[in-house]
Amino acid sequence: MAKKLMKGSEAIGEAAIQAGCRFFFGYPITPQNEIPEYMSRRLPQEGGVFLQAESEVAAINMVYGAGGSGARVMTSSSSPGISLKQEGISYIACAEIPCLICNMMRVGPGLGGIQPAQGDYFQATKGGGHGDYHLVVLAPSTVQEAANMVMEGFDIADTYRIPVMLLGDGMIGQIMEPVEFADYKKRELPPKTWAATGWDDKTRERAVINSLYIEPEQMKVVSERLLKRYALIKERETQVELYNTEDADYIIAAYGTTARIAKSAINKARQMGIKVGLIRPKTVWPFPDEAFSKAADTAKAFITIEMSTGQMVEDVRLAVNGKKPVEFFGTLGGFVPSTEDILEQIIKLKEAHE
Amino acid sequence: MAVVFEKTKMLTDVPFHYCPGCTHGIAHRLVAEAVEELGMQDKAIGIAPVGCAVFAYNYFNCDMMEAAHGRAPAVATGIKRVHPDKLVFSYQGDGDLASIGTAEIVHAAARGEKVTTIFINNAIYGMTGGQMAPTSLEGQVTTTSPYGRKREHCGLPIRMSELIATLDGACYVERVSLHDVPNIIKAKNAIKKAMKYQMEGKGFTFIEVLSTCPTNWGKTPVEALKWLKENMIPYYPLGVVKEEV
Repeated sequence: MAKKLMKGSEAIGEAAIQAGCRFFFGYPITPQNEIPEYMSRRLPQEGGVFLQAESEVAAINMVYGAGGSGARVMTSSSSPGISLKQEGISYIACAEIPCLICNMMRVGPGLGGIQPAQGDYFQATKGGGHGDYHLVVLAPSTVQEAANMVMEGFDIADTYRIPVMLLGDGMIGQIMEPVEFADYKKRELPPKTWAATGWDDKTRERAVINSLYIEPEQMKVVSERLLKRYALIKERETQVELYNTEDADYIIAAYGTTARIAKSAINKARQMGIKVGLIRPKTVWPFPDEAFSKAADTAKAFITIEMSTGQMVEDVRLAVNGKKPVEFFGTLGGFVPSTEDILEQIIKLKEAHE
Repeated sequence: MAVVFEKTKMLTDVPFHYCPGCTHGIAHRLVAEAVEELGMQDKAIGIAPVGCAVFAYNYFNCDMMEAAHGRAPAVATGIKRVHPDKLVFSYQGDGDLASIGTAEIVHAAARGEKVTTIFINNAIYGMTGGQMAPTSLEGQVTTTSPYGRKREHCGLPIRMSELIATLDGACYVERVSLHDVPNIIKAKNAIKKAMKYQMEGKGFTFIEVLSTCPTNWGKTPVEALKWLKENMIPYYPLGVVKEEV
């Protein structure tokens, strides 16, 4: 298929359709309205269902019902709306229902603003709702990568019976870039014999989609099962991009929009003779600890750059584990860092840790 | 020996956990018999609420889901949109449906979702220990209205059937009661008719079932049935509220 110039949000929608998603439940919120709008246009053409729910709370519970009855299903929202979905996401995680949740982050807390931000990192990677659980969290830094991650995200969800989050920001959703929908090669997936589809097949057990385990022994079994699955996901699904890290004295840690700007700054710094590289987590959960701990053996210092007051930096520090200093630079209010901002930080980092 | 009575196959053999005299057991049986008599046991997907009936997934012998508090109509929507040929029902109490889940039930009805909601109204929160429900009667003493429910403090109880009936998407709304045998028979017929309309694609169907909670009302089972008849029915009149099919 030829490359098409597409807005990030629309590419996300099209990728979902090409990956076989036929059900979308959502509620309007800026800056991601182009996703539900696109789905409302495209899904009926494919025999699917787009439904605008009465709230984010209802939308995520529709996802629970559709996913629990075997469908490939998604929802999308932006930060305040994702907060509203957290109850449902926690239930979905415990009931082991595969689905894709897209968060095009805007600045917060509260209503905040509608500019891009990365302030939902904690919420996305540490659970988000109540209880002990994780989502697989994919963080694209280009429109093409967002499309690819949507397709892969559905497969990861189905492989492990886990909710997957695509963690973008307003920038990724709004920019237009050329995107190609390569032939989607679906993974070999287990049949959904657990789904509540009506019990006409008596060779399987009666399906009960549930997150209530009132007996501590039973709840423990579920938590242990999830824990094992998370370990497997960490082993198999962790993704990271290393950019100019082989000889790097200084390492930038950044994901999503900030990572692509960091690359431009790194190119300029290299021209100035500063050996700087980028570690870009593509999965922010599971977090690529090893890439950081390995780099900490040779690099002199790290800096984490985020559009937040400092969230991923905590994971970077855990991974570096005190071996080298880890600095932080964040832009607030919905401002996106410029190449010059980051270049300035690189020079400062070099001067402080030469 | 001739078999004169058999338990419906739509109920599992798991013993109910309900308190003595509670009418949930009757309501479960009516729903189960209705599904079986319609021949839909293998095509039914039920949704349990949060509340006393939270374990309904252990009792209804069909595929089941357990929803978050109040969200059963949204879950039902998700299921039915994926499986339009299946019988989808939610079974919800008054705290679940008439308090925390008002948005979900109103909008499922407004959209005319082709599902059936069984609404158990016993005028109290049972599972959490007898707190005031949106359906508790004026003057009713509960653990959170120890001086009796007062109109000027928290208004009067919501009549959900009448509210739902105002929505065009709802095609059949009836209020029934479980306080005596003739009414139990009427209740069963209403539930069955609602499910039939659902499968005919007529629209959203809603059966409100007046029920007892002897434990939290502080009454014997017999007293509770009498209390329902004398106090609830005058405020919650029985019968078809709407039937436009």
